[in-house]
Amino acid sequence: MSRKGPEHGSTAVALALAVFLLLFTAITVYIFVAKWWWFPPAITVEGHEFDSQFFRTLIITGVVFVAAQLGLALAIYRFREQGKPARHFEGHTGMEILWTLATLVLFIGLGIYAEKAWAEVHFIGASPGALPIEVTAQQFAWNFRYAGPDGKFGRTKPELVSASTGNPVGIDPADPYGKDDIVSPGELAIPAGREVDLTLKSLDVTHGFYVRELRLKQDAVPGMEIHLHFKADDPGTYELACGQLCGLGHYKMRATVKVLSEPDFEKWMQQQEAANQ
Amino acid sequence: MVTTAEAGGHVHSAPTGFIRKYIFSLDHKVIGIQYLLLALFSVFLGMALSLLMRIHLAWPAHKLPFFSGGLMTPEQYLALVTMHGSIMVFMVLTTAPQSGFGNYFLPIQIGAEDMAFPTLNMLSFWTTFVSLAVMASAFFVPEGAPISGWTAYPPLSAVGEQSGPGQGAGQTLWVIGVAIFCAASLMGALNFITTTVDLRAKGMSLLRLPLTVWAWFVTAVLGLLAFGVLLAACVLLLLDRTAGTSFFIPGGLVFTDQVLISHKGGSPLLWQHLFWFFGHPEVYIAILPGMGVASHLLSTFARKPVFGYKAMVIAICGIGFLGFCVWGHHMFVSGMSPYSAFAFSLLTMTIGVPSAIKTFNWLGTLWGGRIQFTSAMLFALGFVSLFVTGGLSGLFLAQPTLDLYLHDTYFVVAHFHLIMGVAAIFGIFGAMYFWYPKMFGRMLNEGLGNLHFWLTFVGVYAIFMPMHYLGIAGHERRYADTTGVGYLAKLQPVHVFITIAAIITVAGQLVFLFNFLHSMKSGKKAEVNPWNATTLEWTVSSPPPFDNFGGKHPHVYRGPYEFGVAGHTADFIPQNLEPEKVSEAH
Amino acid sequence: MAPTITQELELITAGHGGGTGVPARGGDGDRPGGSRRVPVRAYFTLVQLLLAAIVMFFMALTSSYIVRKGLGTDWQQTPLPPILWFNTVILLGSSLTIHLARRRERAAFRPWWTLTILLGLTFLGGQLLAWKQLAAAGMFLDTNPSSSFFYLLTSAHGLHLAGGIFVLFYVVFRDWRRSRISQAAAADLAAIYWHFMDGLWLFLLALLTLGR
Repeated sequence: MSRKGPEHGSTAVALALAVFLLLFTAITVYIFVAKWWWFPPAITVEGHEFDSQFFRTLIITGVVFVAAQLGLALAIYRFREQGKPARHFEGHTGMEILWTLATLVLFIGLGIYAEKAWAEVHFIGASPGALPIEVTAQQFAWNFRYAGPDGKFGRTKPELVSASTGNPVGIDPADPYGKDDIVSPGELAIPAGREVDLTLKSLDVTHGFYVRELRLKQDAVPGMEIHLHFKADDPGTYELACGQLCGLGHYKMRATVKVLSEPDFEKWMQQQEAANQ
Repeated sequence: MVTTAEAGGHVHSAPTGFIRKYIFSLDHKVIGIQYLLLALFSVFLGMALSLLMRIHLAWPAHKLPFFSGGLMTPEQYLALVTMHGSIMVFMVLTTAPQSGFGNYFLPIQIGAEDMAFPTLNMLSFWTTFVSLAVMASAFFVPEGAPISGWTAYPPLSAVGEQSGPGQGAGQTLWVIGVAIFCAASLMGALNFITTTVDLRAKGMSLLRLPLTVWAWFVTAVLGLLAFGVLLAACVLLLLDRTAGTSFFIPGGLVFTDQVLISHKGGSPLLWQHLFWFFGHPEVYIAILPGMGVASHLLSTFARKPVFGYKAMVIAICGIGFLGFCVWGHHMFVSGMSPYSAFAFSLLTMTIGVPSAIKTFNWLGTLWGGRIQFTSAMLFALGFVSLFVTGGLSGLFLAQPTLDLYLHDTYFVVAHFHLIMGVAAIFGIFGAMYFWYPKMFGRMLNEGLGNLHFWLTFVGVYAIFMPMHYLGIAGHERRYADTTGVGYLAKLQPVHVFITIAAIITVAGQLVFLFNFLHSMKSGKKAEVNPWNATTLEWTVSSPPPFDNFGGKHPHVYRGPYEFGVAGHTADFIPQNLEPEKVSEAH
Repeated sequence: MAPTITQELELITAGHGGGTGVPARGGDGDRPGGSRRVPVRAYFTLVQLLLAAIVMFFMALTSSYIVRKGLGTDWQQTPLPPILWFNTVILLGSSLTIHLARRRERAAFRPWWTLTILLGLTFLGGQLLAWKQLAAAGMFLDTNPSSSFFYLLTSAHGLHLAGGIFVLFYVVFRDWRRSRISQAAAADLAAIYWHFMDGLWLFLLALLTLGR
């Protein structure tokens, strides 16, 4: 009766595995550090704080990642079957407590630190002077409504929604406040340096408002009006992509976001008013 | 066939006839294999669906067979996404590790003759089978399978055909299939928990249970408490779809300029809360058995006890408990209260702690060992690496600020694939290479096993690591291609790379399939204990007798990981070896 | 010379010398000659676990109820058909009769048990009547969320109770001599489930009354 156990103490396998882990770790870290594929530049103050928090998290997870993969590689190679007996130990309570506490402090600390930026965006509402813009999502387009000179949005009714007659958000013609409302299909213009207060709505299913440069994403849920406020500082043209599965056109449900200097923004508004007559 | 009343009496006598032996068997071992075969079929189906997805993403203009006009439409792509996710999560990750291997080995590892309720066990398998059939039938209805993802958010999933193709009969069949699956899982959970609590052999105290048993036990508890909630959600969704209720559907919805007047006042968020209250424990159901297997294999093939057995048990229970407290981290952008988000975020960071403990302990198990690189061990080692990688990306997603950017991007796809679609699968493969000799009485070919490991390990990293970068670049998930949004165009080469890696990796699975089938008849005959392992399944024949222990009742004297104990010639002591027979010196 | 470990294993597998010959733990000995592999205790564990799963199902429905009620402006009170109170008394009575069935001597078991079944069926009949009354008042499943929940909760409970009635039938009609447990144990298990259904009904009634 054979007493030979499975003798697979192959140095070749251990070496190959350790080398692969090293290579994989190195390549992964390199691509992150070299930023082959990275965020576009942030255009808000909170966006920059996002970048800082991401970087902080990246450093911490990166260190843990490298340590763990290298530790694994080391253990694999150093303790491969070499004919020596294994060291018998069942644990080490001191170490258990130590690394449990360390992990707890690290993770919770990171989490608490992260809440700061979150609180700034979400715990407080828009300031009173923010420019209100209504974002209405539908399968598969975005429409943006400005309140016009009277500063108030007109009433909307779902039964009045009609893309063909140029009323994509269903403004009620009977409401005087709605007469000066400006609807911009597919293009969101924002004045640089001024806070905006978006109200997200949806006509049909849940969609997602997502602009990378703002570092923001928010679902637009039918039946709800969800606010999102920010102040974009850097003029430019950016892209809005839908961030919540909404049907077959989800992949092409985009819009243009234009952050314009104040004069350019005024010009844009005048163009829109003219187009809306 | 008279049931005997001898001491210890059998549950049921040895079955005869093909139907009773292999189709409607009451034997947990046969049922376990049935689940594994169902999972094997499902995983190849799921991989085929994902290959179609990947080919379309890499080469959208390329003509494909089976598609009219040769081109895949966006809704067909989304149908593939939905069914790939549903089949993989339900029919592979929830069945193979738990109902497959757990069914086969939990009773044996605790010294029992069978599960507590063999008839219930049989019913649970066939109910799972029916649920797969119902779900898969969605492919064959005129409008095709649903396009709302495995997460099926309303209103998209609730209002019927007007929200998109596949949202009619296809979606209804999907919901019914999932509901049936809930019932099947509940049946299984009942059996697993009762068996572990009440059928342990003499001397098999809780702290002598193998970690595989602890994992299956806690997983079953999670399933027991979570699937009832999903069932309730499915009932509500079905009523919204077919009975005119408005649990999830708000009023005033407009589809192609027509107002939907038959529903109002419902909350899409209510579905999300119910679904994710189930959905988060579900992902722990998918991974916990793999963690148990990893611990078991690392100890066995490093010839050392598991480092910190008690801490491992506490960690398994901690992960299980906390798993019920973190569901809101799937909903940071949903419109839910930001204060809830804060709470969920902190709880989610906390659940990283028991996971980290397990990782430390795995490394501690290897440290000072004498590692044997069997195929099973290779997959266990791969599991550790993958779990670390996949778990760490969770630290980003757990922070709501960061999640605002990364939610629904490929960063999330990378995270859950590495954890579920790879680490959990490695747990399944490790278990398969380890237990195949016991189940089928033959050894798998180790050379092919090594090849399978390398192809898969390198392959999965090549597939899923680049997805992190896609996510950072802002690439949304569930996008049928990169032509719709401008900034995605420059990411297209990454898709090509991923797809080529995927094709090679999937092809590599054929090595496993060949090994699995070929060794059934031609593999080397397996001994009782080819791995010199310590737990009770390695004390009986390969395969075991129909009542597991040949009428005997094992008596357990020690814990499950007595490897390398000083002063013995053999470097392991089986759990049931009498103390007087464990000689000090030979 | 003492046998090696592997030789020990061989002996164990061949069935000699391994194990202590002590039979498996468990078996309350309530059935001489019956199976002691699966103790009666396991059946009680099963029922308790089943109740835990059912609780989770109804907790999901309950929280949906609370959320939905708090949400919208379209919550209209659903008047509770008065027959519900009669049904409640019937169900409470059936809990009493099932308790008496288990407490009395064997001869009295069957009549009290049968009475329980009848009361259970009466309850279900009464629930159907309640539905009819509600429908006559123009309240259907899809009328408004409050009525939706009324029909949903009562039918969910009713289905589970029907399952319980099926078990009650099973307890009196199955041949228990060929079973792993005794009829007395089966009756105890059924009673636990039955009392729970009773309690669940009281909870749902309170929810529907307070929520209306």
